[in-house]
Amino acid sequence: MPDYSWPAMDKRRVMGKRFSRLDGIAKSSGAAKYPSDYNPKDLLHAVILSSPHAHAKITRIDVSDAKSTPGVTAVRVINGEGKELNWVGQEIASIAATTEVAARDAARKIKVDYEILPHLVHEHDLGKAGARARPSGEQTTGEPEKGFQECDVVVEGQYAIPVITHCCLEPHGQVVQWKADDMIEYWPSTQNVSAVGGDLAKALSVPVSNVHVQMEYMGGGFGSKFPSDLWGAECAQLSKESGGRPVKLFLDRAQELTIAGNRPSVFSKVKLGGKDGKFHTWQSETWATGGFTGGGMNADLFPYVFRDIPHRKVNHTAVSLNTGSARAWRAPNHPQQAYVTFSALEDLCAAMKTDPLDFFTNNIKTVRAANMRDTYLRQIQKGAELIEWKKRWHQRGDTTKGPIKRGLGIGFATWGGLGHDSKCRTTIHPDGTVEVELGTQDLGTATRTMIAMVVSETTGVPHTQIKVKLGDSRLPFSGASGGSTTIGGVSVSSRKSSVNALEKLFEKVAPLLGTTPDQLEAVDGQIRVKGEPTKNMTWKAACQKLGIQPISEMGENIGRNAPKEGLISQGVAGIQMADVSVDIETGVVKMNRLVVVQDCGLVVNPKTAESQAYGAGIMTICAAICEERVMDQQTGLVLNPDMEFYKLAGAGDIGEIIVHMDIHPDNDKRGIIGLGEPVAVGGIAAIGNAVANAIGVRVPMVPMTPARVLAALSKSGRRMA
Amino acid sequence: MEAFGYANPKTLKEAFASLGSSWDEAMVLAGGTDLISMMKDRVMSPRRVVNIKGLAELKGISQAAGGIRIGSNVTLDELASNPLVRAQFPALVQAALGVASPQMRNMGTVGGDLCQRPRCWYYRQGFGLLGMKNGSSLIPNGENRYHAIFGGGPAYFVSPSSFGPALVALDAKVKIASAQGVREVKASDFFVIPTSDTQRETAIQPGDIVIEIVIPTGSTKNATYEVRERDGLDWPLAAASVSLKMNGTKVASAKVVLGHVAPTPWSAAAAEAALVGKSIDEATAEAAGLAAVQGAQPLSQNEYKVQLAKVSVKRALLAAAGKA
Repeated sequence: MPDYSWPAMDKRRVMGKRFSRLDGIAKSSGAAKYPSDYNPKDLLHAVILSSPHAHAKITRIDVSDAKSTPGVTAVRVINGEGKELNWVGQEIASIAATTEVAARDAARKIKVDYEILPHLVHEHDLGKAGARARPSGEQTTGEPEKGFQECDVVVEGQYAIPVITHCCLEPHGQVVQWKADDMIEYWPSTQNVSAVGGDLAKALSVPVSNVHVQMEYMGGGFGSKFPSDLWGAECAQLSKESGGRPVKLFLDRAQELTIAGNRPSVFSKVKLGGKDGKFHTWQSETWATGGFTGGGMNADLFPYVFRDIPHRKVNHTAVSLNTGSARAWRAPNHPQQAYVTFSALEDLCAAMKTDPLDFFTNNIKTVRAANMRDTYLRQIQKGAELIEWKKRWHQRGDTTKGPIKRGLGIGFATWGGLGHDSKCRTTIHPDGTVEVELGTQDLGTATRTMIAMVVSETTGVPHTQIKVKLGDSRLPFSGASGGSTTIGGVSVSSRKSSVNALEKLFEKVAPLLGTTPDQLEAVDGQIRVKGEPTKNMTWKAACQKLGIQPISEMGENIGRNAPKEGLISQGVAGIQMADVSVDIETGVVKMNRLVVVQDCGLVVNPKTAESQAYGAGIMTICAAICEERVMDQQTGLVLNPDMEFYKLAGAGDIGEIIVHMDIHPDNDKRGIIGLGEPVAVGGIAAIGNAVANAIGVRVPMVPMTPARVLAALSKSGRRMA
Repeated sequence: MEAFGYANPKTLKEAFASLGSSWDEAMVLAGGTDLISMMKDRVMSPRRVVNIKGLAELKGISQAAGGIRIGSNVTLDELASNPLVRAQFPALVQAALGVASPQMRNMGTVGGDLCQRPRCWYYRQGFGLLGMKNGSSLIPNGENRYHAIFGGGPAYFVSPSSFGPALVALDAKVKIASAQGVREVKASDFFVIPTSDTQRETAIQPGDIVIEIVIPTGSTKNATYEVRERDGLDWPLAAASVSLKMNGTKVASAKVVLGHVAPTPWSAAAAEAALVGKSIDEATAEAAGLAAVQGAQPLSQNEYKVQLAKVSVKRALLAAAGKA
């Protein structure tokens, strides 16, 4: 079997180097075309008419005026008479027309009568949820009651994190053309190029081979863009009913923030205790909503990371609301669980008057993943150095004069990140071109660039000259980009296919260099004899020996087998630390610094890895200080379905972010592991803890707006006049 | 949005000819940072939009007889970087810079800042200026974290104008023109509290165009301080503009005006009175802040705005006095 293993850390020529994205210029200049930019000839525009009510039954619907609106080519009823609508934004009808204006005018002409039914859109008061609350049972380890009696310090706290949405810059949508021969051209904004066509085919009852998916670039998914969705099927049907003209259907911003998925909330009541400086007992009662379908969560994951303690009791209740449903959101459940866990643990540290870094170091053996313990210890030290913990940390409550209080906090992260199934074809052409083809997608994470780097490492051809083709369902299957699985999958498949192709080339040129294939190496644009670098051919000259027939070889990653092969693995550790200043007269929280220390095994490209961590760090800052979906119980509406009052942090709110990729031989030898999720996990807890450390009191709910900070200060009597 | 007619007049006279006698008929477009999004959301759907951005008569900042004249088409950026304004009216400069996005400052105009519509999310979602459903206000029992703490309803929105408080504090006058002629109103009279959905929150009538602002020059110490959730583009939660006429180190007379806490810029007479005869220090500034929020009537979710208004007054005073 060929040797697919990665070159030793100090022998790599391309992998591990800092390279910019190959498509950076195309993206920043606007040359890159996203699905929403695609405007083929004869394009029609479609819109969705959606429910203005959070809960209602349709008693009558009349689309006749909409159908006769000039420019309208098709009107379809999605939910008609007798159907119950369960959230604002739920789809009622779809309309295609020659212009977006005509489609919107027609949508307004659809007459719908409703029987209004009672709704619930708030979950913060579990007592008001009634039958909408579905307890999922209690889990107990050890003897919690006895455990608390044994503790020398016990604290109780409440911690809440609201629903937030994905806020994809490019909303959900697609262009679809249902051609006369039942062949369907499908240009979606998706995280799932290879399989989303099958999803659409199923919805349309056509053979999967009839659906052709193409997507060169996309504007963000964060876990919300895997299926073809009702919108994809509607778009296709509108195309069919409009004589096969292509139809574009993208959600508008308000719909995007209302129905295109969200991250479930978590509300919690926690009691925990320590004994002789050790984390001893945990008890948590949590509830959450994920919209109409509830808000299930594996409460057994509490406490997060530091789980191997003697006594635990957890229970969780899912609350169904009349709101749009949740979807996977960058590290599903982890940010919320990390937030609750590390907020509570920091409160315990404060009660014990212990430096949290000492506490976590002393309790490292409670980290269930034993192989992560040393990594966490190393990361705590590195993070402490980067945030100047020794110099700046103080006991809870900054006692310096004046209204500005400064504090530090920490949160931890973990994730799997095993590479998904992926197939890749590498073709070496007689003119020296190297073409790499796989049906994956680049969500903006630099997947394209890293595939080119892996193949460059293998072939010695500069990565800028590797032709990477992705974003097409006719290319070899590659898994959906979710759960930080992409880099592991595509790096193995592209490594194997390029090694396989290179072997074939070696077989061709070995006799010409008077040696055997196993004695050849491909380095810096040359093929040469190992140990005798003067015996060489240029890459181009070698490829010319192929005559007219290129070499095309496949490579495959099978997720479940991958760890045995040693190229990739799973399980990462990371920490985030925050340094904040809080104005206790105004409650304004200002980020000074966020430190992200993250391991992800072998790092293919430190520059784009850091870029992932910057983006995730900003997401955690948003969630900690300003981001929240606001529901109105009276009307059932999302009150802030726009980018004005759905508040994301701006450049001035972010402060300094320092990313340290934990590149270390112990991590490197585990192979490549996904990175996207874990860096989005620990920051909210870190910032919340920094605020508590600064002002001397816990703000029990994020985002920590002036209203919430002042309320917490007021309650504790710490607010300044 | 609804289809609409578009007029692009070259002169003020032409503009008046394009404007109508009702809001439904025509509306004025300047920077477009508010009107266009409201039209897209169908909160307002005028049959005609009259673009005044190109009217040279409405441009420019100059020294005039009654003070500094600021054309209504002056952008926020032009205002904030103008030497005359910078020298005399830091309160205005600070308010302009509080609109924390270069794009907004480049497009938004002084006239537009005064005439923009409230940001109340019930209003913007189609429940009318007063946020009513089935005859009663949605706000007292609703999501009112950003709403008014003064005024007592039925208008609970807050005036969104960044310059309003500063212009009231500086005794500015607003010149409004229509086909019938030009009239001048005090900035404090420009903003009004509507009592029904059919009324507006400014003195502007259909057919009117705000043409200029005149601010008397007379060496006052002035400043604006605002508190926002985000440092970036965001609406203030509370703000205060102050203007002090000094007699040596003592305050001869003071103007203290709160922003974003009431349906209009909110003059705090008690704070003004509390400052007369005092020199500005931490204690007097704090006492004035306390006086400024007397009579506040916070709603279920916005008691914190009382504190923010109080601190804004204190900090604006200390900034005006050069003691920030």
